[in-house]
Amino acid sequence: MVNLTINNKKISVKEGTTILEAARQNNILIPSLCYLENVHVFGSCRICVVEVEGARNLQASCMVPVKEGMVVRTNTERVRKARKLLYELMLSDHPDNCLSCQRNQNCEFQKLGEIIGISKERFDGEMYMSKVDDSSPSIVRDTSKCILCRRCVTVCNGIQGVGILNAQNRGFRTVIGPPGTLALNTVNCTYCGQCTVVCPVAALQEKDSTQDVWNALSDKDKRVIIQTAPAIRAALGEEFGYEPGTLVTGKMVSALREMGFDDVFDTNFTADLTIIEEGNEFLRRVKNVFSGVPDTLPMITSCSPGWIKYVEHVFPDELDHISTCKSPHMMLGALAKSYYANKIGEDPRNIFVVSVMPCTAKKFEITRQEMINNGCPNVDAVITTRELAKMIKDAGIDFSKLEEDTFDNPLGLSTGAADIFATTGGVMEAALRTVYEVVTGRELPFDKLHVESLAGFEQIKTAEITIRDPVPEYKFLDGFTVKVAVTSGLAGAKKLMNEVAQGASPYHFIEVMGCPGGCISGGGQPRPTNDYIRQKRLEAIYKEDEGKTLRKSHENPFVMALYDEFLKKPLGHKSHELLHTHYVKRGIYNEYLE
Amino acid sequence: MDIQVEQCNCSELTEEEKLERIAEVIEDYRHREGSLIQILHLAQGIYGYLPIHVQKFIAQRLNIPLSEVYGVVSFYSFFTTSKRGKYVIRVCLGTACYVRGGKKIVERLHEILGLDVGETTPDGKFTLEVMRCIGACSLAPAITINDTVYKQVNPDKLQQIIDLY
Repeated sequence: MVNLTINNKKISVKEGTTILEAARQNNILIPSLCYLENVHVFGSCRICVVEVEGARNLQASCMVPVKEGMVVRTNTERVRKARKLLYELMLSDHPDNCLSCQRNQNCEFQKLGEIIGISKERFDGEMYMSKVDDSSPSIVRDTSKCILCRRCVTVCNGIQGVGILNAQNRGFRTVIGPPGTLALNTVNCTYCGQCTVVCPVAALQEKDSTQDVWNALSDKDKRVIIQTAPAIRAALGEEFGYEPGTLVTGKMVSALREMGFDDVFDTNFTADLTIIEEGNEFLRRVKNVFSGVPDTLPMITSCSPGWIKYVEHVFPDELDHISTCKSPHMMLGALAKSYYANKIGEDPRNIFVVSVMPCTAKKFEITRQEMINNGCPNVDAVITTRELAKMIKDAGIDFSKLEEDTFDNPLGLSTGAADIFATTGGVMEAALRTVYEVVTGRELPFDKLHVESLAGFEQIKTAEITIRDPVPEYKFLDGFTVKVAVTSGLAGAKKLMNEVAQGASPYHFIEVMGCPGGCISGGGQPRPTNDYIRQKRLEAIYKEDEGKTLRKSHENPFVMALYDEFLKKPLGHKSHELLHTHYVKRGIYNEYLE
Repeated sequence: MDIQVEQCNCSELTEEEKLERIAEVIEDYRHREGSLIQILHLAQGIYGYLPIHVQKFIAQRLNIPLSEVYGVVSFYSFFTTSKRGKYVIRVCLGTACYVRGGKKIVERLHEILGLDVGETTPDGKFTLEVMRCIGACSLAPAITINDTVYKQVNPDKLQQIIDLY
């Protein structure tokens, strides 16, 4: 432990702690801007400067580790003047159209100005040229809003290992972006949107689709169907002042009904369906490999469109490993415009499907050519959790006062296995709950059905399950040990994929989610997402799972009815047509597309 | 900076040969941390400039993002992404040269060659660049044309210097 004094308060903290962290641990809040706990410690904005006795210059407290006997002052006239000046200089090159900015009242730069008492713009500086890159269907960049904190650079390079964003040029002309003047849709951006979660201002955000949804709702001839991803219910509440981890499933459904959606469905339903299709696909691959028929293992999950685009860019020769299952919301869209359209006697061309997703890459996913059936796109619009919150506010709905409601059927019922799709390890656990039972006739032998070693936020997690005494159909698997791995965040995926590409992967089944922690901390989720909030959302998801009577996808009665009435059998002709897809070789510079 | 590097006879090499030589440089340096600037420096010497496809070539072989390579190229004024002339005229605008009239030299060269800084004459003969200090402060104002240094340049004598080429 190291002893020091901050603002005359004697404190003791662990060695290696920075002044900023030491202060926070002792309830002294040093104003800061670029600092992002456990993610970005870079010292680029200098707002967090403090006086350290014996040091000539002010020190950036986020960068300086504490020392024994250190005497720190965070609130002197010199410090206040310095950080105000720093702020004012940044402000002199920042557009002052806060009222019409998407981040108004949710902007860290704006909030900081209030905290440090900025009341006028002293400097009338040259403004950096405004360049808006809205070339991608997912993410919009506005360089004029950028304050060069470089959080997005850290996330894109360090955490995701993708490296689309970096500092280009120098001095006043510095811009954070892809190389040169390349637009986002021409580079290997995965559209994961993690940059939009950490951006303190409106320099990086999702492409706004809310007007498309309002337009559909205003169109009397359209039947507008909405579905919500498993991760939304565990995070949407934060936008309305609820504690992180508050489940708002029932209120969310009520809000959607009040907004005027004709059917409120649950992507969870098709998460259950995904497990049936993907589980059968896995068993088919295993069976083939066992009987000498050429097939590919490990099989890798396909729910995360950021991950899919990543693998198409970086490992274009390994696409056979990816499950051919569409992601759950695409499946739901495809069924809404076929199975459900038939049921209600509606022309699929009059149906408009909206997906609420924790994800920005889903906005890209719906534009893929493979996601069209019978001339209709499976899904017509994707909005993020953040966009949904804005729409609910815009609609004048007092969220906290809403009654609880439930999803519509048949595409609204789900099991606990579907809930955990929201979190890293969840898809794998859900698949194992079903596959193990299909193969052995017995329940997955884990406490509360949780495969503990696959849960949590470690980068790569693994499990082994040995099959004993299977049912006759799977006799050949007796004694076989299934090895599975789970990763979230693309840097982890790269590690596992390098093994796969070298033919050295020891696994049979791998789950990849593009964002660290899975969909609960996806690129479209409320800001901020930090370790504490991530953990709370995770707990909420497991709570939702454990609260359900049905915990295994194959127990979903409406999924079974769907097979009886329409699909006939897993991996059958109809499934193949509506629920499965193929992938596109892209290459790191899109060289396969040229 | 070692200007010598730029003066090799690489212009006679074919595209493939140039890339092959850059590949050799990358192999030499790939295991030394922080050698991207060195590699870019040598690659520019070999190729003449650093167009985006050469940057991609380097990024791919070093297994680093193109945005990082481009970030370094666009940071340092020494690197150029456009083709340069046979003769590169660099006007020093370091402190000493600046106060002794470096800016005037740039203006005069603009009049003579019709070039803005960074541009190349249509015949591919001259490129005009500026540098921050070439380390010849006692000779200010100084310019270099390829590897020849001209000292205490009088703007009125610039035409005579240009005529030498």
